[in-house]
Amino acid sequence: MLEKAFHGSYRYWSLVGILLLVLAIGAIAYVVQFFTGLGVTGLSRDVSWGLYIGQFTFLVGVAASAVMVVLPYYLHNYKAFGKITILGECLAIPSVLMCMGFIFVDMGQPTRILNVFLHPTPNSPMFWDTVVLFGYLVLNVVIGWTTFGAEAKGIAPPGWVKPLIILSIPWAVSIHTVTAFLYCGLAARPYWMTAILAPRFLASAFSAGPALLIILSLVVRKYTKFDPGREAIQKLGTIVTYAMAVNVFFIALELFTSLYSNIPAHMEHFQFMFLGLEGETSFITPLMWFSSFVGIVALVLLLFPRFRRNETILAWAAGGVFFSLWAEKGLALLVTGYIPTPLLAVPHYAPTIVEILISTMIWAFGFLVLTVLYKIVTSVREDLEQV
Amino acid sequence: MAASRRDFIKLAGFSVAGLCFGGPTGCATTAPVNGQGTAGKRWALVVDLRTPCPEGCTACMKSCNLAHNIPQWDDIKHEIKWIWKEPWEHVFPEQVHSYSTAALRELPVPVLCNHCDNPPCVRACPTKATFKTASGIVAMDQHRCIGCRYCLAACPYGARSFNWLDPRERLEEQGAALSRDFPTRTKGVVEKCNFCSERINDDASALPYCVEACREACSRHGREPVLHFGDLHDPSSPLLALLRESGANTIRRKPEIGTRPHVFYLV
Repeated sequence: MLEKAFHGSYRYWSLVGILLLVLAIGAIAYVVQFFTGLGVTGLSRDVSWGLYIGQFTFLVGVAASAVMVVLPYYLHNYKAFGKITILGECLAIPSVLMCMGFIFVDMGQPTRILNVFLHPTPNSPMFWDTVVLFGYLVLNVVIGWTTFGAEAKGIAPPGWVKPLIILSIPWAVSIHTVTAFLYCGLAARPYWMTAILAPRFLASAFSAGPALLIILSLVVRKYTKFDPGREAIQKLGTIVTYAMAVNVFFIALELFTSLYSNIPAHMEHFQFMFLGLEGETSFITPLMWFSSFVGIVALVLLLFPRFRRNETILAWAAGGVFFSLWAEKGLALLVTGYIPTPLLAVPHYAPTIVEILISTMIWAFGFLVLTVLYKIVTSVREDLEQV
Repeated sequence: MAASRRDFIKLAGFSVAGLCFGGPTGCATTAPVNGQGTAGKRWALVVDLRTPCPEGCTACMKSCNLAHNIPQWDDIKHEIKWIWKEPWEHVFPEQVHSYSTAALRELPVPVLCNHCDNPPCVRACPTKATFKTASGIVAMDQHRCIGCRYCLAACPYGARSFNWLDPRERLEEQGAALSRDFPTRTKGVVEKCNFCSERINDDASALPYCVEACREACSRHGREPVLHFGDLHDPSSPLLALLRESGANTIRRKPEIGTRPHVFYLV
């Protein structure tokens, strides 16, 4: 199957070339960071996690969201997802790889990263996060390779893979739950310390991930002869709608509890996010207003089946959901959690160029893996359909 | 077969129970048995604010910086702070109200690692690079630290610092006289106050540098020192007497989150 990645059109190689170029530029930035220290980022003593860990958190969600196609297809035998499931699994793999990449570039001493396994520490959620993410990667590679390999050969997948598929369903939920546990167990950070954080993460993941999958499916259909199916894409639209509605509901619950209870430590973070605090207004405030607006508009469009059935509107709404949740989870969640600080300071944080280049490098790497995987899948499917 | 399955379920059950109850309290072997006086010493620090610090005094910070080779960065983002001063209203926000005087609000209060009984940073660390010693000190192994900064997120007191850039280069730039008794650190690791364990572990009558410097500075001003240090497990400890018998109100930072700080403030 892998040989399919080496025979492609001019367009395929141009895309690979562009991604490699972005990767190379980012790699230079990483060399600078590696030798100078994390001081080249906008991070500080007070805002000690930012863009990198935000991207990590967001992408864990995208990875987990593969369960939204795996579950209906394998557990409920929902046939319409027959073709799209492999696209979901092939999205999970680069997402987990990007998660690992973002963790790696955030380390002050990346060469010591194996200490997490050499000195396993079960009381640290970060230890568990590493374990479940690694397990999820292995599960998806094994399941994707086996089921799709069988399909390419025109045979049924081996029986032993079924229990792994079933296992991958709660496992997907676990990766995002443990990621939420990184945050919601910290008494130091009232903005994160909320029992609804894990459900919120899952709701936003199950809308952002399938939203991306809708866009990818439409791209695949446009540029290859492989069609994931209109019904499947429409069903994903319904999933995004439900999950986004639940996500907005959860955020409303957070706002009510924080604002009605009137406890300053809980309110101040929301104040910082939407209004600015003590005269300090960061890029988070306009970003949050804009992304909330985009998110609500996208949700309204999705809520009407008439709009949703139009694939152009569906694509735009999916893009809106994805952007809105990326801004909220990939940036605002982290920065807002740190501000105000435990000593009530309102520090300034904005990612630096180096930080942005390194983040772009990891995204480019993820899209490169995604491109190659999708190339293999679509080529094999095209061959199958010709027979 | 049935018996072995039962054994497995039992074992799994105990493991899960262990995670729920044993896990979060940290590493059992290094955690002291609190309140029973069986674990040897329990170091603690008392900040006596009944008379505020002499105006502008930075003796504690200076001696700490010097003894521990702490670089001074110009950019506030890269600061390394083990002990420093914060205004009262930021240290004890629950203790101010609309009628508090400006003098109280702005009163400089020395702050440092609280060497909690139940430290969230130790719980968070994925490599046990930060741990609790038997005498209650929250210590760091900078050779094991991977620089993930989860402990910075977990500390409710903002007491941890990260080496964003190379501290050795900065110390050289500053032309600081290096202490030969304490290692410098590398970039990319976390550091914090260690209650001068390098000193007090060798000699139980020795004091942390900040406390010693405070004594000297205050005696020059002809007054009692602000910082006091001692072993709370020693019934004859003057520190214990200060906490129990001074008649002053004793407070700790954020007692409601259950970390049980061992830096006490007399007010």
